[in-house]
Amino acid sequence: MTARDRVRIMRIRDWARPVPPARREVLHATPETDEGKPPVLFVPGFGHGAWAFAEHWLEHAAARGFAAYAVSLRGHGGSAAAPKATLRAYAHDVVQVAAGLPRQAVLVGHGAGALVVTRALARYPARAAVLLAPVLGDLGTVVTALRRNPVGTLPALVGGRLRLTRRQLFSRELPEPVARAYQARLGRAAARAQWQVLAHRAPEPPVGDPPVLVVGSPDDRVVPARALDRAAARYGHAPLLFPGMGHDLMLDARWREPIDAILDWLDKGASF
Amino acid sequence: MSIPTDHDSHAAATLGRDDRPVYDRGETVCVIGAGASGLVAVKNLREHGFAVDCYERETGIGGAWNWRHDRSPVYASAHLISSKPFTQFPDFPMPDSWPDYPHHSQVLSYLDSYADHFDLRPHVWFGTEVVRVEPADGERWDVTTRSTGGYGAERVQRYAAVVVANGHNWAPKTPMYEGLDEFTGQVLHASAYKDPAQLRGKRVLVVGGGNTGCDIAVEAAQQAARCWHSTRRGYWYAPKYLFGRPTDQVNDAMLALRLPLRLRQWLYQRTLRMTVGDVTRLGLPRPDHRVFETHPIANSQLVYYVGHGGITPVRDIVRFRRHSVEFVGGEQIEPDVVVFATGYLPRFEFLDPKLLGADGDGRPELYLNAFPRRQPTLAVAGLLQSDSGLFPLVHWQTVAIARWLRLRRDAPERSGSFQARVEADAGRRWHAADVEDSTRHWFEVAHVDYLRALQKALDELGVVA
Ligand SMILES: Cc1cc2nc3c(=O)[nH]c(=O)nc-3n(C[C@H](O)[C@H](O)[C@H](O)COP(=O)(O)OP(=O)(O)OC[C@H]3O[C@@H](n4cnc5c(N)ncnc54)[C@H](O)[C@@H]3O)c2cc1C
Ligand SMILES: NC(=O)c1ccc[n+]([C@@H]2O[C@H](COP(=O)([O-])OP(=O)(O)OC[C@H]3O[C@@H](n4cnc5c(N)ncnc54)[C@H](OP(=O)(O)O)[C@@H]3O)[C@@H](O)[C@H]2O)c1
Repeated sequence: MTARDRVRIMRIRDWARPVPPARREVLHATPETDEGKPPVLFVPGFGHGAWAFAEHWLEHAAARGFAAYAVSLRGHGGSAAAPKATLRAYAHDVVQVAAGLPRQAVLVGHGAGALVVTRALARYPARAAVLLAPVLGDLGTVVTALRRNPVGTLPALVGGRLRLTRRQLFSRELPEPVARAYQARLGRAAARAQWQVLAHRAPEPPVGDPPVLVVGSPDDRVVPARALDRAAARYGHAPLLFPGMGHDLMLDARWREPIDAILDWLDKGASF
Repeated sequence: MSIPTDHDSHAAATLGRDDRPVYDRGETVCVIGAGASGLVAVKNLREHGFAVDCYERETGIGGAWNWRHDRSPVYASAHLISSKPFTQFPDFPMPDSWPDYPHHSQVLSYLDSYADHFDLRPHVWFGTEVVRVEPADGERWDVTTRSTGGYGAERVQRYAAVVVANGHNWAPKTPMYEGLDEFTGQVLHASAYKDPAQLRGKRVLVVGGGNTGCDIAVEAAQQAARCWHSTRRGYWYAPKYLFGRPTDQVNDAMLALRLPLRLRQWLYQRTLRMTVGDVTRLGLPRPDHRVFETHPIANSQLVYYVGHGGITPVRDIVRFRRHSVEFVGGEQIEPDVVVFATGYLPRFEFLDPKLLGADGDGRPELYLNAFPRRQPTLAVAGLLQSDSGLFPLVHWQTVAIARWLRLRRDAPERSGSFQARVEADAGRRWHAADVEDSTRHWFEVAHVDYLRALQKALDELGVVA
């Protein structure tokens, strides 16, 4: 057993200093009939709110029989402001929502939201997890971001706002005005949480041994293909790739393909 | 990971025991009880790939926290004494919107959502009581069940392993006193106390200074005509909040510093002296032990009501008379009602106590309060009394049980070292402090000492992939 697989049960910090509650926005779409499929909880990345999933994916998942939810991490979307939030607080938000669902949920994290999901998995036994264009904090991602978008990335390294360009987030297939409108809705994550993406302890191992799927695009200009491979290797398989798409797979023109692939994977019952 | 646990798929009886048919349940594990401990055992065993049959004598889950249950020790006003982070399961938090110390009905609704969320109910046979658990060939167990109350036929099934989670706060421990049978007033054990209406307008004597006794004394102060509170020693009355935070959270912040026990005791006693003050001034006896040497009391109101004259502290009972009770020192009072909040004793009426290594007093000798020395396929869950909440401890305890059973199944050749540890450390106490010798402390553990030991066991048992 490596140190990474070792579950740590002494959690004095969690006990003595529990994360203070913050009002949370949760958007959802429910299927017409309950087919017994597990609920799916989408966790947006930094700067994004639940709205990013409400655009297409929630309804689409519901139409395929999955109760679908999206949470805005504190300080994002319609959730309460939280300029001092940490990764621990974000993971707390995810676990709170997941545990409040009627059945054991699937967690889907996008971008840095995937990093939050890896932390949440240590505190909640998800049915399965999907890491979508995951920003797990490896140096490669930072170097890529700096090279592709130095002006937007540099300030984030000193606690400022991360500004991703339209070309990083979307493919050229997405009409310019739509892309512009999405970009205008982006907010920012707390400075400390941004820092923690770069400098954090490896997440504790997931509890309950959920199957984990990594999904991304080789043409993502935020997360390099190598990072996808590495993330997938950590969970013992290859990433599921959607060439030609930008980082925001759930908003890009061909948003249908990745969500269908994810729901197919769940339907095939990797775990259930 | 679909496991055939369908109740109809019970195999035909192919075995026999004293002419009774025995139905073979194969590799299935039997869990006795669907209180908090039984539920978490079912969940964690299933998560580790085991099929589970759980038997519950009541018609619902929740055990002690389901106040409708005839054996529930919970009374109308009961609120948790451990704050949320110490009370919730480590992988299923209580809602943020709940208070620091939820009401007992919230704990039940929490256990209800836990059972639904992890779909545990299909694995529970409700209204079914386990009446016997006997060893069978090959380290397996024959479990005899019947409908609660003794209706219907008995049924014997053979299981690969048994996890006992029958709770230890339901069989009242009532002390005997000279003259008690002559006493004409009403006498009840706290387990039969449900509602303050039982005390209204009466002269009430509450016996026992555990959390139950303190809670009931406070209710009597609010509702009864008079309240005396008898304790046979002095205690440290910790408030529920210190410095505006739940006391257990403050205490754990101190534990994080890993100070030596004596220094922690000194610091905590000073903190209590500064906040609660010198309780002997109010007529309460001086503690006869250091703090942490008796099960902690979390009650902000007891001292307050003593100060208001609503509670009169009295000493240990010497004897009862027809209308009165006499205490050490000769003081006599004439109560209408006596409530014995003198605690509970463990009971395993379906199991030969020797299998749990019990001594003459009936105290089991187990490793980590869970593993008996010589029965590798038998375990007990929840036989713990912690200085903090129970659920996190019993969660990891049942993970250890599940990992142990998995190791035995998948890599029996590697099970030797853990078995040796069980034999060496059964009966060991997981409490740095020197706790007072009382049946109430049989299962007392300090959560950090206990969890550190459990961490080691989990590391050892986690080796198998
Ligand atoms: C007044 C009071 C307040 C408490 N407050 C706290 C607190 O604040 N925090 C905390 O952590 N703990 C507290 N506790 C401790 C409490 O006992 C535990 O939290 C918890 O309820 C124990 O769960 P359990 O499953 O081990 O036992 P129980 O809840 O007693 O459940 C045992 C179950 O087994 C069933 N059963 C028993 N025998 C059989 C049989 N032969 N066949 C089939 N089924 C059987 C019973 O019907 C029951 O449902 C409190 C206890 C009391 C008495
Ligand atoms: N609000 C809550 O959440 C809450 C409420 C109640 C109980 N609980 C929990 O439930 C468990 C049981 O608590 P409990 O208070 O019912 O029982 P307990 O902790 O065992 O306390 C029993 C009390 O009775 C005394 N006593 C026992 N035998 C006696 C005798 N023969 N003569 C005189 N006094 C005697 C004990 O004194 P000694 O100390 O001298 O042995 C002790 O003060 C504990 O874990 C407790 O924390 C929680």
